[in-house]
Amino acid sequence: MATAEIDQDGHAHDHSDHHDHPAFLAHHFDSPEQQYDSGKLGMWLFLVTEILFFSGLFCAYAIYRSLRPEVYAFCSQFLNTELGAINTGVLLFSSLTMAWAVRAAQLEQHKVTVGMIAATISCAAIFLGVKAVEYSHKWDMGLLPAGMYSYDPVAEHHEGLSHYLIAISIVPSIVLIALIGLFIYGKAAGKQFLASCAAPLTVAAACYFVGVGLGVFLESRAAAAGHDSHAEGSALAAIGHADGLPPSKILEGPLDHATEDPPTIGIGTGDEAVGIMAADATNTGIRSELDALRAQEEMASGAFVDEYDGVDPFYDRPIENVNSNSLAGVFFSIYYCMTGLHAIHIIAGIGVLAWLLVRAVRQDFCSQYFGPVDYVGLYWHIVDLIWIYLFPLLYLIG
Amino acid sequence: MASHGDHADGEFAHPMPIWMLLFVFVALTFLTILTVFQASFSLGNWEIWLSMIIASIKATLVMAFFMHLAFDKPFNVIMFLSSFLFVTLFVGFLLMDTNAYDDKIIVKPVAETLQ
Repeated sequence: MATAEIDQDGHAHDHSDHHDHPAFLAHHFDSPEQQYDSGKLGMWLFLVTEILFFSGLFCAYAIYRSLRPEVYAFCSQFLNTELGAINTGVLLFSSLTMAWAVRAAQLEQHKVTVGMIAATISCAAIFLGVKAVEYSHKWDMGLLPAGMYSYDPVAEHHEGLSHYLIAISIVPSIVLIALIGLFIYGKAAGKQFLASCAAPLTVAAACYFVGVGLGVFLESRAAAAGHDSHAEGSALAAIGHADGLPPSKILEGPLDHATEDPPTIGIGTGDEAVGIMAADATNTGIRSELDALRAQEEMASGAFVDEYDGVDPFYDRPIENVNSNSLAGVFFSIYYCMTGLHAIHIIAGIGVLAWLLVRAVRQDFCSQYFGPVDYVGLYWHIVDLIWIYLFPLLYLIG
Repeated sequence: MASHGDHADGEFAHPMPIWMLLFVFVALTFLTILTVFQASFSLGNWEIWLSMIIASIKATLVMAFFMHLAFDKPFNVIMFLSSFLFVTLFVGFLLMDTNAYDDKIIVKPVAETLQ
């Protein structure tokens, strides 16, 4: 008897009761709570894979750091701590607004939900704007991944607006113009829903340019502060040190240094050409050849026996120039992989948040159905969490 | 279907109080300033440990409150934290392996490695 009752009950639940099911509740779930918990479990599993996915890059960072600490010491001068700190603050604030959006969705404060999601997207756009300035500044200086790395401390600065920055900003500009167009169309055609979706998104897209402005201002201020004293001197000193030359010798100018060198090495004809070629810091082949010849010369004269500095040219690893494709270049490969993958996550987050924004404007969420806001919130916090580790590792520790 | 209806209306949302959100944000900002400040001193080997400890405190705050892991089901907490265990194993073993080699050994003659 009991089984028959249950069967009937289940039957009734499946069919005649269907309209009692709220629209947001998928038919294979018993209750909104079960639906929410299932979605959340799936989201946590996804976040676990994200953590493991990023840990591969942290591993690359840790291994290269343990092998070549001097490369990190040299490269950390190119990372602007101020911009990194600003971006950290922006992301932390976006985490706050995201958590607040979840709260507002749970309490059915629809206007607050929309506002908080819009604030989150705006912060993400500011973050990307600052990042665009950082990236384009590095590309201008030739601080590129291994294979393309071509940093030259002698001619490091690029004046005026970066062409790379303009290129990066093409897509945000198109998005901004399209959103403004949508907003105007929505207003003109009386499509209130379209207009109220486009308005916050337009503000968010404009925030990218706020981020760019902020980044350009801080970057130029840092350049002005570092130009006369610190940055260039330390860069040259680091290279000089790696070359085994005192910084003063490097500062005399690359051509002097090169034309002076060949006679002491004594390679005879073609000195001039080699000297001119070696003046180019990117010509690492000629440079290392000169280093080899210099080492040979020292050995031949027997001078190294008197001034033995603990580096045996036969059995010790040769002192390599840190500012090279194979050393600093690898650091920047790791840097671009870590921050680039993080930036891709931010862009993906913006996409999902825009979808949430439209749904929030439509007032889809209620105290029984706020799962999507919560899940996107969790994703957004994990992106923040990864940045919390990236910031000190890349920008602070030298 | 009265029981079912009751169940569906059961509140399972756990809204975070605004003061708690703001407090966590202020704490995170303070810790960010602290870590930037400590980076201005050269502490040598301690630098990486100190900044990682501060980063971990920040991460814990974000996880516990913003991701409301402190109020979540224990299964979710265990699952998520286990990922960190595996990350530690992954990074730890690879670093152990990396440090197991003597980089002073040069197989090729010096003239070749100099290139």
